Amino acid sequence: MTNTEKLTAFKTILYKEVMRFLRIWVQTLVPPAITMTLYFVIFGNLIGSQIGDLDGFKYIEYIIPGLIMMSVITNSYSNVVSTFFTAKMFGHIQEMIVSPVPNHIILLGYIGGGMARGLMVGLIVTLVSLFFSSLHIEHPLITIAIVTLTSMLFSIAGLINAIYAKSFDDITIIPTFVLTPLTYLGGVFYSINMLSDFWQSVSLANPVLYMVNGFRYGILGVSDINPYASFSLLVVFIIGLYSFAYYLLKKGVGIRS
Amino acid sequence: MENALKITNLKKTYDNDFQALKGIDLEVKQGDFFALLGANGAGKSTTIGIICSLVNKTAGRVEVFGYDLDTQREEVQEHIGLVPQEFNFNIWEPVIEIVVNQAGYYGIDRKTATQRAEELLKHLDLWDKRNGKAQELSGGMKRRLMIARALIHKPKLLILDEPTAGVDIEIRRSMWDFLKNLNAAGTTIILTTHYLEEAESMCNNIAIINKGEVVESTSMKELLSRLQVETFVLDLKEPLDQVPNDCELSIQIRDPYTIEVELDKSRSLNYLFEILSKYHIRASSMRNKTNRLEELFVKLVKTDNDSLAEKDVSDLDTPAQSGETA
Repeated sequence: MTNTEKLTAFKTILYKEVMRFLRIWVQTLVPPAITMTLYFVIFGNLIGSQIGDLDGFKYIEYIIPGLIMMSVITNSYSNVVSTFFTAKMFGHIQEMIVSPVPNHIILLGYIGGGMARGLMVGLIVTLVSLFFSSLHIEHPLITIAIVTLTSMLFSIAGLINAIYAKSFDDITIIPTFVLTPLTYLGGVFYSINMLSDFWQSVSLANPVLYMVNGFRYGILGVSDINPYASFSLLVVFIIGLYSFAYYLLKKGVGIRS
Repeated sequence: MENALKITNLKKTYDNDFQALKGIDLEVKQGDFFALLGANGAGKSTTIGIICSLVNKTAGRVEVFGYDLDTQREEVQEHIGLVPQEFNFNIWEPVIEIVVNQAGYYGIDRKTATQRAEELLKHLDLWDKRNGKAQELSGGMKRRLMIARALIHKPKLLILDEPTAGVDIEIRRSMWDFLKNLNAAGTTIILTTHYLEEAESMCNNIAIINKGEVVESTSMKELLSRLQVETFVLDLKEPLDQVPNDCELSIQIRDPYTIEVELDKSRSLNYLFEILSKYHIRASSMRNKTNRLEELFVKLVKTDNDSLAEKDVSDLDTPAQSGETA
């Protein structure tokens, strides 16, 4: 395939993926908006007013970056894991497997679809947050870079989950038992400075903490983690997981007999 | 003439140690309409899966129009269109999107793809359904949609894995015509089917796979010529309750007004009518029984299963002497 043909193939997969989640927008775009509105009302307004300031910001302002990031992570992951697994289950992944489209393009197409949904939901949640607090972005480029890389990372992770999944249970286990705890314990609702030394050290082993704090640094200019550490971790994880996903796809794990 | 497909010593052993292919060799000439037959589990779908990159082979070589699957996979895939056995499109997608997106995977831009999709969907009588979801289509329409999807990138080799399964006779015949025209226009076609009359009427060459081995690979004409007998179905003017005891012909009574008569190929039709007249059996109409290939197929597969692969097929083609024949 020529580069132009590869670009066409990439655009096709991306278009197909975006159309898929837009077709079912009631399931994909509305629920996170409602859930995050509830978080803003309950944790931000009702409980937050009792907590006071964190790092010089009102509690609701402090948790907004984390909540946006949480919705981006969840939606990037769940989009790719569900669409790729469904394609495997119902066989339409074969449409791509029989064609000359390279594995890199398949990967990038699905990752692009996951990022499109993750970032779109992130934007919706950001717009919802404006009803509860004003938003001033301290470092726009860092903000955009961190959220984009995070969305990419969890899209790849979702793809790997889908490749290995053999049943619908398998695509809910990781989000429920791994992703959700990591996200909730990743500094979305608190600063790790509030924890004891031991739990601070434990928290540093949680990769989501770096992403949430990197994003918070971009928006508020405060962070528990050095933003360069956030970037480094994201880049290393993306390269590692992308390579692994490519290897799995090339080998045909879960796709070819 | 260049081979459209050449398979050499192809083997496949699945993870559970089941040996689906035991080293098959196959050649399909460019422009051929080729039948690949075999019972369920014989290895047809595994063979097709390997050719189309859906199944990893264990050993052997596959070449499509001279391109090696191992080293030139992309070129191989560009030349193949696959109509699989199971419906495998996204049933929630609009019909036209399924076809246009498939073109995109081959690097065909959306404008060109839409034009081609229009042509194909009109040709396959699906244009009116183009904006509906695929799940709303009938079984026959879904089959035609898979053919449209497989042809969108104009493949030189079209592989159809039981394309007419579950399709009513009218649509099946229109699909036959479509495929015949496609073949006449130069597309090489490999067909697997359980409707043996379909293979007999459309295919020039044939291979029969049984238990992972090719037990026969020849021209349809040559294979059919091995039949030593021909079976005719006769509708009778008067009912026949019992086959005459000393009748020289092998006759089976289907019902009192219909009989099947086997006639040795060395005999003429005049001989048949002479014998029937002798026993006062009067026919109002007569036709060929169309399951000639089926008879051969069953015998070939049975022969192989009985470890009699070396035995000449013609030996087996003596008229059956069951209790129902005289």
